[in-house]
Amino acid sequence: MEVTDKKITDVNKNIKRKSQLYKDEQKAAIAFIIIPVIGFIVFSMIPFFISLYASFTDWNGIGQMNFIGLANYKSLFKDEYFWKTLYNTFYLMLGIPIGLMISFLLASALSRRIVGKTIFRVIYYIPVVSSLAAISILWQWAYNGDFGLVNQVLDIFGIQGPNWLQNVNTVKPAIIIMAVWKGVGYSMLLYLAAIQSVPRTFYEAAELDGANAFQRFRFITWPMVKPITFFLIVTNIIGGSQVFTEVNIMTPTGGPQYSSATVVWYLWRQAFNNWKMGYASAISVVLGLIIFIITALQFYMNRRSNYKLD
Amino acid sequence: MKRESKVSNTIIFFVLLIGAIVMIAPLLWMVSTSFKDKSGVFSLPPEWIPAPFLTDAYERLFELDQLWSGIKNSIIVSFSVTIVGTITSSLAAFSFAKLRLPFKNLIFLMLLIGIMIPYPSIMIPQFVIFSKIGWVNTLFPLIIPGMFGNITMIFFLKQYLSNVPDSIIEAAKIDGAGYFQIFTKLIFPAIKPAIAAQFILWFMGAWNDYLAPLLYLNSPEKQTLQVVIANLNASYAIQTDYPLIMAASVISLIPVLTIFIIFQKQIIESVALSAVKG
Repeated sequence: MEVTDKKITDVNKNIKRKSQLYKDEQKAAIAFIIIPVIGFIVFSMIPFFISLYASFTDWNGIGQMNFIGLANYKSLFKDEYFWKTLYNTFYLMLGIPIGLMISFLLASALSRRIVGKTIFRVIYYIPVVSSLAAISILWQWAYNGDFGLVNQVLDIFGIQGPNWLQNVNTVKPAIIIMAVWKGVGYSMLLYLAAIQSVPRTFYEAAELDGANAFQRFRFITWPMVKPITFFLIVTNIIGGSQVFTEVNIMTPTGGPQYSSATVVWYLWRQAFNNWKMGYASAISVVLGLIIFIITALQFYMNRRSNYKLD
Repeated sequence: MKRESKVSNTIIFFVLLIGAIVMIAPLLWMVSTSFKDKSGVFSLPPEWIPAPFLTDAYERLFELDQLWSGIKNSIIVSFSVTIVGTITSSLAAFSFAKLRLPFKNLIFLMLLIGIMIPYPSIMIPQFVIFSKIGWVNTLFPLIIPGMFGNITMIFFLKQYLSNVPDSIIEAAKIDGAGYFQIFTKLIFPAIKPAIAAQFILWFMGAWNDYLAPLLYLNSPEKQTLQVVIANLNASYAIQTDYPLIMAASVISLIPVLTIFIIFQKQIIESVALSAVKG
């Protein structure tokens, strides 16, 4: 009898001790995550909802927020500058497929047995870690019509280069070239990691089956790096829709005839130069919506094509 | 692969070499310009090795007060944000990865959705809130939010922690170790390389930040280095003082490039790893 009693109390104690342990664990778990959660709520979530509400008001940042319904959105739809900046923003995204293609080719090249592989990797990655502000300043000078590096090089080939940043037709391509140059090292590195993670046996088996180089690429490499392509497209679109720094530094007035002004640059102007906070909030809501729709669409399409592969 | 022939590898090597020249030439040209005099930049064809080789631009640059205040402010912001933020982020990653808590995954998902909110969508209310409490033209709006942690870092450390077996934590728990102790004694040493790589990446990001500092800092002595060099660019370009502008850009790039060259192996590995895992 005594023995069993003791056992029971022991078990009880154990349960108690366990639940006490569990409580301690919960407390610790909450204590460790509470700071980032509060940070997220205070610095992201609340401002986001204020922004949403502000887009329906005539807020100027100082005075009252007066509710004006859809007035901001209505004038936004008639605002030709908004449409122009939206067009420019999408135009600049042409650099995304170009950059991905170049970086994929570079990664394929670097996955072979090449002399100086490590050095190449480092060199291609240097622009990635460099500050965008300094790089924009450098390229602004490089695009100088008379003495810039770009036109000097073109001159060697007998081409008379334009005054890149002052020309309506060349200012956007100029920004695209710079963005590709700066970003190609990052995508290359991710592709390289993906290519190297493809098991060699896949290729050997394909070769035995008589697959040529293109078929090996089409049916092995490309499907294997698809998740990386997907990741890069999504992050590049999210980043590309927020282009600001290079535009603000290289073309402080938005370029000739506003031809390099982006949505975020325009939003900035409206909010912090004209103090039209309500209107700028409406722009930011539309921008956020566009980003959300494109990303959701990407995820949807990615899922569908994955099914097809199976 | 067996098929790799010497000829094709040699051709590829030269293509990569040309690519590498394209990548590095603008940066070398920036350095070269910074050692010229004002009229030397207009010589045709351009000189890659300036003759005469002058440090005049750097001398004039070092006399500018805003350069030194810019460096000082950038150091204050980057270090305080990344050191404190790394501690909060890695504790949170430990909790999300290893501790039991109801709705833990839901909270984590909420944070992840949070990084999808673009900064331009929240910067206007953030600016007004910070200006109401008198933080505009101080470094606080750049430092304080970052100290609450970095969701990207939490995400990657959480991934990395999934390789650490639960059993060592269970063992420590039974030995009666506190959770903070478990973190400092077991978790931190186990994921130190990942923390270091993430810390470096974040530091470089904080050093290079331009948008938020531009938004919050108005007076020259308060600005961070990136804003200072952008302003120098705007004001000195009119005088076509390109050597000074390029010298300022070189100075702003040196810290990050030095860090990159020293830790290039870890940085590249960590970025590549994040791709395969993430």
